[in-house]
Amino acid sequence: MKILVPIKRVIDYNVKVRVKADHSDVDLANVKMSLNPFCEIAVEEAVRLKEAGTATEIVVVSIGNKSCQEQLRTALALGADRAIQIDTEEKLESINVAKLLQKVVEEEQPQLIILGKQSIDSDNNQTGQMLAALTGMPQGTFASNVAVEGDKVNVTREVDSGLQTVALNLPAIVTTDLRLNEPRYAKLPDIMKAKRKPLDVKPAADFGINLAPRSNVIKVTPPAERQAGIVVSSIDELVEKLKNEAKVIS
Amino acid sequence: MSILVFAEHDNKSLKADTLKTVAAAQAIDGDIHILVAGSNCADVATEAAKVNGVSKVLVADNAAYEHQLAENISLLVTELAADYDYILATALTTGKNFMPRVAALLDVAQISDIIAVESADTFVRPIYAGNAIATVQSLDSKKVITVRSTGFDPVATDGNAEVVTIDSVQDAGISSHVSDEISKSERPDLGAANIVISGGRGMQNGENFALLEGIADKLGAAIGASRAAVDAGFVPNDMQVGQTGKIVAPNLYIAVGISGAIQHLAGMKDSKVIVAINKDPEAPIFQVADYGLVADLFDALPELESKL
Repeated sequence: MKILVPIKRVIDYNVKVRVKADHSDVDLANVKMSLNPFCEIAVEEAVRLKEAGTATEIVVVSIGNKSCQEQLRTALALGADRAIQIDTEEKLESINVAKLLQKVVEEEQPQLIILGKQSIDSDNNQTGQMLAALTGMPQGTFASNVAVEGDKVNVTREVDSGLQTVALNLPAIVTTDLRLNEPRYAKLPDIMKAKRKPLDVKPAADFGINLAPRSNVIKVTPPAERQAGIVVSSIDELVEKLKNEAKVIS
Repeated sequence: MSILVFAEHDNKSLKADTLKTVAAAQAIDGDIHILVAGSNCADVATEAAKVNGVSKVLVADNAAYEHQLAENISLLVTELAADYDYILATALTTGKNFMPRVAALLDVAQISDIIAVESADTFVRPIYAGNAIATVQSLDSKKVITVRSTGFDPVATDGNAEVVTIDSVQDAGISSHVSDEISKSERPDLGAANIVISGGRGMQNGENFALLEGIADKLGAAIGASRAAVDAGFVPNDMQVGQTGKIVAPNLYIAVGISGAIQHLAGMKDSKVIVAINKDPEAPIFQVADYGLVADLFDALPELESKL
């Protein structure tokens, strides 16, 4: 089967973001960017399915300007076969990303689409579900296990109360949770090889989709600062403070 | 304006988080209806009818909705959406699962995880693991929103809404439920507990989480964990507090053997009082803790239990 893996370039998860002084957005100038951690897990899962003989081809796709080719090359180095960059300078909302991906799905006809459950910048957790709605496919969100069996895929999902397993008709959409797998590191020879793998660039405008924004960001502010705390020297002092000063225990 | 609130439940009882989502609906201001979709969920409907500020409870009781599969629920909610200006669900795993599907079927954006309502079209939500707060104005005619329950206080339950049965059965027929593996716990629900005590990598193994149990029992607390503790297999993933786990804001959060990575802080830094017990005085958790104790947790925990 063919697997499509949409990926996103985001601020590195270790970077502590700063809000711009004019409160228009966060400051991304000269900040380290990486492949979204959940997308890494999605790529890894696709590669494992290929290694297991279940998948025959892995196509990765990213939407953004030329800089996201860096993350597409990373995915190619990890084992994807070819890449598509949908070129745009716009910062798109999930619904518009899902609409562009729908066109890619129509063209590529993958049997399985694996996305991360959320991107760590917008924290939306929407794109996979929206793409499932637009393509009419079933969805296995927050996956911690994926097992393809014939024309179905069994997905174990991380839910509030524990785990839930669902069976989905293929073609289907899976979004990855942290526990699905541990992504590998790209090896140097594979990074070199990845430079020769095909990477198609398609302007977003060519898809004929209205990508007009659905919302205005009015402002972005830093969260409220917490008051500096104190270091206590003993359990006795801690219990006394919690009882008499904070009054949170009795 | 009319608002449809999706009820979180397990077919037996209404989840308290729904009361907070109704509070968000009240802040938007309009005629509020609750949808109870499930199977053999009459008790949930009875509970929902008592939620303050709600004028009508819609009950869709059918086997197709038993496990609240996104494929089926989204079709039901999309059908009902014709009569509503707002669709709200709690930002728990069920709501996060089906609501974006509803939004896409309606061809609108979704506003995820709001923590405040500024006006009828403007909402506040955290981004970048809570390190920035965005105020967003929706331009869509119909608004599909998930609500972070820690942002709102629950409404009371002395109301008396009309209960209406919905006959529509939506079965997409493309997915089915196989099995559940529910974590059993006698303790309060992590998301709703007044006090939470969490362990991290410093706990060293799963057995040592027993050290937290005695304290949790004395305080009536829920037990949580950091991602490191979950990934190491110490405890199940539904105990994870953080950006990608559960978001909690109890009165008291006690972090034990947790360094305080950005992703963990995203899940607990709105707690009223934070206590950190860690042997590393440089651990970032001390920067957000109201009370910090630099100590070996294996000495501190038994002593703390004995002194409560």
